[in-house]
Amino acid sequence: MAALVIAEHDNQSLKAATLNTVTAALQCSPEVDILVAGSGVEATVATASQVVGIRKVIQIDALTLLDQLAEPLAAQILSIAKHYSHILAPATASGKNILPRVAAKLDVAQLSDITKVVSTDTFQRPIYAGNVIATVQSGDSVKVITVRTTSFEPASGTGDSSEVENVAATEVIDKSSFIGRKLTKSDRPELTAAKIIVSGGRGLGSGEKYQEIITPLADKLGAALGASRAAVDAGYVSNDYQVGQTGKIVAPQLYVAVGISGAIQHLAGMKDSKVIVAINKDAEAPIFNVADYGLVADLFTAVPELTSALN
Amino acid sequence: MKILVAVKRVVDYNVKVRVKSDHSGVDTANVKMSMNPFDEIAVEEAAQLKESGVATEIIVVSAGLSQCQEILRTALAIGADRGILVETDVDLQPLAVAKILKSIVEKEKVPIIILGKQAIDDDSNQTGQMLASLLDAPQATFASKVLIADGKAIVTREVDGGLETIALTLPAVITTDLRLNEPRYVTLPNIMKAKKKLLTIVKPEDLGIDVAPRLKTIKVEEPPKRDAGQIVADVAALVDKLKNEAKVI
Repeated sequence: MAALVIAEHDNQSLKAATLNTVTAALQCSPEVDILVAGSGVEATVATASQVVGIRKVIQIDALTLLDQLAEPLAAQILSIAKHYSHILAPATASGKNILPRVAAKLDVAQLSDITKVVSTDTFQRPIYAGNVIATVQSGDSVKVITVRTTSFEPASGTGDSSEVENVAATEVIDKSSFIGRKLTKSDRPELTAAKIIVSGGRGLGSGEKYQEIITPLADKLGAALGASRAAVDAGYVSNDYQVGQTGKIVAPQLYVAVGISGAIQHLAGMKDSKVIVAINKDAEAPIFNVADYGLVADLFTAVPELTSALN
Repeated sequence: MKILVAVKRVVDYNVKVRVKSDHSGVDTANVKMSMNPFDEIAVEEAAQLKESGVATEIIVVSAGLSQCQEILRTALAIGADRGILVETDVDLQPLAVAKILKSIVEKEKVPIIILGKQAIDDDSNQTGQMLASLLDAPQATFASKVLIADGKAIVTREVDGGLETIALTLPAVITTDLRLNEPRYVTLPNIMKAKKKLLTIVKPEDLGIDVAPRLKTIKVEEPPKRDAGQIVADVAALVDKLKNEAKVI
């Protein structure tokens, strides 16, 4: 049977995480459909229809889906679920929010955050914050899956347009309503989607120093900003900067850890990065055990020097 | 108004876990176990809601081995009023836990249910959403602020790239994120008081729930080791390596 990918989008545009999820879906079934459920999603549907390898795009357009609330979205997915052996969404805040509702109603287990498709019923997923990899097999008739997008290459988004099927939205009793959204306005890439991340730790000593030392380097590299839990707990930056077991799990091309000692907690969140650079004055810091390039130096001179050397 | 909080006993977050030599699972013998950190935040939130007069009674529930009583006692010391242990030695998966909690929520007629967003052992991040789904109740996952007023929960959620605020009609399920609060330290007098609080033990069979696992773990293994790289002499050498060797800038 076919696989269904739940598109991640903001109504106007398709999010890149969808493309990685399509790749995982194609490893589960040769027939992959993308569901775009939202309000005013014509442009998103057009983009989705050009994803290479898919069979069709299913469009469900209704005002109740505008804010992507879990309850109405899960209901739409359930309305078409019977046609699919696999239902996949990216393991983003949105995918994690919605998909377990679908699994519970189908009375099946969910496979969270898979990093590998071993076969159509067997998958690998990290547990204990990535310190252990579990291979798990599902005996359920439908596999409901969230996908760790950094583990799958994105499908190409520039193919010929596939068929688009319009499906009427299922009515849902209103038990939740949207009040507002405050997105961090920033020209920077999102932490979990960034190619380069510069993270600061307690070695910085204060929030002012974080801004003074870390921000210019990140600006120069076009990088997202991160932080260790110690830096967040000390109040240098807000919680949404936190990389680690209890924060965000990241896997950029380049991760620069500045003044971060490398607690297990932090390593769990970034050790899948392709290249890790550590700058720390303590040569014994555990971060050097995972760093590809370590620089034992005073960060207050080394980082500004690095920033200016990148001109 | 009653609040139900669910807590899970997990390997303490400071412990470096080890895979068993036969790759059947993670070694939990003689390992320090604690309440899942996100669940501690859930208990703290419930305690604060009670202290502010919103809640009248906090019921804390755990499911699993007999030793889960220890973390239930911790929750009672933080401020929960009574505990329920659903005792079983079956490896409980999120769907089974959601079914157990549904049964208790319906029996106790609880309007506010608070859970941690995920357990730090299996990292599933499912139980709260599954419970809400089974109850046909609305949900607010990854909460960083909770306000209860006029039969509604107004919850600010941590989403990718920022925050969003939604309103839920009660009964509703809320799952906690890190920023919601800072759990208090448990004091000795409260630990003593907690020992006298009611803790009921039931079995999944008593609730009529099939808790058989749906996912079979074929094996667990350590991820490929990351080798320590090289120490570079200075900034110039670092820039050179990043440009010419790693080719990432």
